[in-house]
Amino acid sequence: MKRILAGVILAGILAGSSVIAGETINGAGATFPYPVYAAWAYQYYKETGVKLNYQSIGSGGGVRQIKNRTVDFGASDAPVKPEKLEEYKLYQFPAIIGGVVTVVNIPGVKSGKLKLDSDAVCHIYLGKIKYWDNPHIKEMNPNIKLPHKPITVVHRSDGSGTTAIFTKYLAGACPEWAKEVGAGKAVKWPVGVGGKGNEGVANYVKRLRYSIGYVEFAYSIQNRLPYTLLKNPAGNFVEPSIETFKAAGATANFDPKKHFYLWMVNAPGKNAWPIAGASFILEAREKTEVNKKVNKFFKWAFEHGDKTAIALHYVPLPKELKEKIYKYWKDHGIYPEK
Amino acid sequence: MKRFIKLPITDIIFALISFSASFIVLTLIFSTILVLYNESSLAIHRFGILNFIFTVDWDPVREVFGAASSLYGTLVTTVLSLLIAIPISIGIAIFLTEISPHIMKTPVGIAIEMLAAIPSIIYGMWGLFTLAPIMANYIEPALQATLGKVPVIGKLFEGTPMGIDLFTASVILSIMITPFIASIARDSFNLTPNIVKESAYALGATHWEVIRDVVIPYAKLGVYGGIVLALGRALGETMAVAFVLGNNHQITLSLFEAAATITVTLANEFTEADTDIYLSSLFYLALILFVLSFVVLAAAKIFLLRAEKGYSR
Repeated sequence: MKRILAGVILAGILAGSSVIAGETINGAGATFPYPVYAAWAYQYYKETGVKLNYQSIGSGGGVRQIKNRTVDFGASDAPVKPEKLEEYKLYQFPAIIGGVVTVVNIPGVKSGKLKLDSDAVCHIYLGKIKYWDNPHIKEMNPNIKLPHKPITVVHRSDGSGTTAIFTKYLAGACPEWAKEVGAGKAVKWPVGVGGKGNEGVANYVKRLRYSIGYVEFAYSIQNRLPYTLLKNPAGNFVEPSIETFKAAGATANFDPKKHFYLWMVNAPGKNAWPIAGASFILEAREKTEVNKKVNKFFKWAFEHGDKTAIALHYVPLPKELKEKIYKYWKDHGIYPEK
Repeated sequence: MKRFIKLPITDIIFALISFSASFIVLTLIFSTILVLYNESSLAIHRFGILNFIFTVDWDPVREVFGAASSLYGTLVTTVLSLLIAIPISIGIAIFLTEISPHIMKTPVGIAIEMLAAIPSIIYGMWGLFTLAPIMANYIEPALQATLGKVPVIGKLFEGTPMGIDLFTASVILSIMITPFIASIARDSFNLTPNIVKESAYALGATHWEVIRDVVIPYAKLGVYGGIVLALGRALGETMAVAFVLGNNHQITLSLFEAAATITVTLANEFTEADTDIYLSSLFYLALILFVLSFVVLAAAKIFLLRAEKGYSR
């Protein structure tokens, strides 16, 4: 019996030490980019033997963890303000772009047919437009027969980066929203029901007739939810797709001096989707060597991970933005040389 | 202490080990309270106690937080689920002990205990994907068409039935707590001495009279115990409710509206709470739930003790 026990303990020690022997990068934060970070981490491990352990505990948790220096990097869907970065002594740069789309369930209305502008979305979510045959919506959609049915508004019940991007879009495009509700990961919704997670919102919109909701692009595709077209600040009705998200990324002016602090909503591009957002990486300023290790991973991902990202319905960063990030790393002495 | 010295050394060691085991429990409880209090002190300072409890607003953007809506949701779902579960569970227990043929007792009993073993996240998924549509399409419209027409009571059933509301959450909760009450009530009913029951029959009591006047009074305490256990579970249940309650911070009379409970708010918002006051308010909510559960269970315990005394006389 004792011998078996000793054997088990020895095996445990050996197994433990083999984990320690391989290099590991620990990160924690936003849930939204988790699938793509996990996919990149797997491929990176196969190529280099360096393990990346990413825990999707939420953006708020990610910021708290890196603030307390318990992880090698944090991740957040909402950019952290430059003042806060100074206070917490952090670096910040974007790593991936995603889009949020408005989805509807109106019998007879197919995906990509219904046109909405920011006023319409804003007033629907404020509870001021109550019926689908509202004159303002009808005017934009002369070819669609809209029913006189009450609109059921669906939003997230949990705090989330998706909500932050969506409410930032509304607050930017619609002064009434900024005044009455504001933007954040969780807000005081004037109307509607809350679904837990993207899957919760997708499920409700699928089930509740005459409803409208907002989800990450990938969820609308997976659940075959009809999305709407949205009018962007340039005045064009655009369809959500990798191209229009990319256009938003290309015209968004990320400034390395502000540690890339930027909300990508209401981007000015002609073809830009108005509700796009970047997910950010946060690093501790004093840990130069650790940051180089982390950045080596992201450099690899920027160079080799675009295909994986697109397959998962994310948008890789545009080339110019990647160059800007490399320069940002060099300026701060955290560029991975080899 | 003198008593210990005379004991053999092994006994002393054993006594010390068992003492420290029980001491750990006390330490855990007190350190939990301390941590909760410490983390929520910012919110306690900013909002006060009564003001926090009676504020309906929960607005992370403007940093105005109040517990009223979450408390209301917690109390409504708990009370409603008990109202649904208690009669059903006692019915199950009576059937199993007094009425059912012997061959059915074991399988039905095991099935009920299995219900208690299902993880709550599974109830949540089932509630979202299966129960909520059934509620929205059949049960809630039916209730609106009947009870909804009655004045005053009708107010409870107003609104568009969507299946994501206080009512569905309460139904899920009642299913989850039924096995607790039912199995404990069954065990208590089984403890009724046969001789008492047979005496009642000998005096000419009917089956129903024996159940009502002998078995139920005899097992009363056990049933109360089961209800208290169920109450504790209903107060603290999180995942199953989080899926079907909507997490809307509002107080409505209608049971067909989305609401929030303390646990659901914590589960939904904890990960993304990014400001200090937001996080602190969530800890404050947790502290309130802790105190609430403590008070409810303590009250139930005192009540049970008094009942026990009265009973033994």
